[in-house]
Amino acid sequence: MTIGTFIVKNALRNKRRALLSILSVAVSLFLLVTLLVLLRELTTPMEDADAAMRIAVRHRVSLANTLPYRQRGVIERIPGVAAITPFTFFGGKFRNEEIPSFAQFAMDPIQLTNVFGEAKLPLDQLNNWIADRSSCIIGIETAKRYEFKIGDKIKLAGTIWPADLELKIAGIYKGTPDDRNVLFHHDYMDEACGRQGIVGTWWVRAKSLEEVPLVVERINKEFHNTSAEVLAETERSFVLGFISMWGNIKVLIGAICSVVVFSLILVTASTMSMAIRERFRELAILKALGFRRHELFAFILAESFGFAFAGAIIGIGGAWLLFSNINITAVTKGMFVAFELTPRIMATGFGVGAILGIIGSVVPTISMARMSVIQGLKTLD
Amino acid sequence: MEKDVVVRIQNLTKIYRQGEINVTALDNVTLDIARGEFLTLMGPSGSGKSTLLHIIAGIDRPTSGKCHIESIDVTRLNESQLADWRNQNVGFVFQSFNLIPVLTAFENVELPLLLTGLSGKRRREQVKVALEMVGLADRAGHLPRQMSGGQEQRVAIARALVTDPRLVVADEPTGNLDANSANEVLGILQTLAKGGDKTVIMVTHDPKAAAFGSRSIHLEKGELIREEMTQ
Repeated sequence: MTIGTFIVKNALRNKRRALLSILSVAVSLFLLVTLLVLLRELTTPMEDADAAMRIAVRHRVSLANTLPYRQRGVIERIPGVAAITPFTFFGGKFRNEEIPSFAQFAMDPIQLTNVFGEAKLPLDQLNNWIADRSSCIIGIETAKRYEFKIGDKIKLAGTIWPADLELKIAGIYKGTPDDRNVLFHHDYMDEACGRQGIVGTWWVRAKSLEEVPLVVERINKEFHNTSAEVLAETERSFVLGFISMWGNIKVLIGAICSVVVFSLILVTASTMSMAIRERFRELAILKALGFRRHELFAFILAESFGFAFAGAIIGIGGAWLLFSNINITAVTKGMFVAFELTPRIMATGFGVGAILGIIGSVVPTISMARMSVIQGLKTLD
Repeated sequence: MEKDVVVRIQNLTKIYRQGEINVTALDNVTLDIARGEFLTLMGPSGSGKSTLLHIIAGIDRPTSGKCHIESIDVTRLNESQLADWRNQNVGFVFQSFNLIPVLTAFENVELPLLLTGLSGKRRREQVKVALEMVGLADRAGHLPRQMSGGQEQRVAIARALVTDPRLVVADEPTGNLDANSANEVLGILQTLAKGGDKTVIMVTHDPKAAAFGSRSIHLEKGELIREEMTQ
């Protein structure tokens, strides 16, 4: 027998309790890492190489305010601007879906590859899209979900804009952080809406990374004190600002995480206290046989740590297996396109598990340290 | 210290505080115990016999007085030193056996050896010898619940002997046993003392059990009141 076997035998002496303790830690850590992934997916903007070069331009007052189309020519002439496209959220209703699983944007198709270079679309499909004003391109996720083929038609009922659109699918793209969107001609939408000459936002690509801050500054300055003042910002800032509309979601999820961790600490501490209280007699015997306090503390810590670690392996490992193998887009009906358990979140989960192991052993250790051999023996006799 | 005196107790006093009241468990006890002696401590409940045994075994501390075991005053050792000293010099046998229920007889006996730094092979040899001494080599793989009370107590004796201690202390070792098992256990303790190099100190209420010892000490209200040679 080794000290290790002794610890394992002690830990598993009440198998049902050991199993329930491990499962309670596993379920709680599963919940914790799931919440952390959720928080990450909701609050971290997806980034790609092109994103750093892109600038979003919206109305200074709010995203809901539109901008005049005439701004395009002004922005195009600003030094450092490589490309510009209008980018207007249509928000149409598709079939009878309450909330469509894909967003729809009107843009300038010629500028697709210039502004959103990461979008991969066969050249013939791109040309067909450019050539046909009433056509659109769709992300591969949406194509898969609705089994759309090139040539199929999509009907979108306007809810924000006063027009219904019928769009023929000219191409299917992929490679963007969100391959669900439907993109169509801005000109076609404008015409359908009675030539209002307005856009939701402008998306601009700078000539170089170094010029991004300068272009942002120049655009903001250009429209300062005009009837349509703009707020130009990097794509990252724009997305983060958009996310802030979720309100205090971060605080809410953070609070739930704290409650989960706190409950976990109580469960582990209680389990370990019960396990050790039952064994006061044996700990007294071990002390009598010559085991010192720090050795007994090591036994308790190892046991507590073992429960927490086993729970962490099952909970975090289970979450990893689950999130790696399910189609999160389908499960969440398109709310999430990715649900990745990152190494950082896994490390956080294991870290919480390790802290639990230590905290769980503190209370029984204090009791054990205070107990004399005589007191321990009295509890048994 | 004379050559054959292993335990020398001088003016040992132990006072417990119970709420507002001081209870004198041992009152100025002085006693010598020789090597190879089988000493029994007798007396009514609360007479201080277990307290005396615990102080000799290094699991309790006196309020005043000295307790030399061979040349060491155990009352002056700190917690850690006492733990080491107990592991090397004292074997414990308790009334309720106190085996670890999840360990086999072999593993229970091996437990004190985990602190000694001996190799696994050497440990196994010593455990085998100890179990053979108590006649339980064939029960090595049994769990405590698979053995009778007498067998459990014999395993506890093997555990007490496995480190080859100078001193074996037994607190009512036959209190939970039937007459036959009690005789077997007392016979083993007697043999140990007769071997010459171990000193056995046993607390008992039972005069029949005390008859196995070589000398009997009677305590009452913490005082040593009578002493008699039994063999």
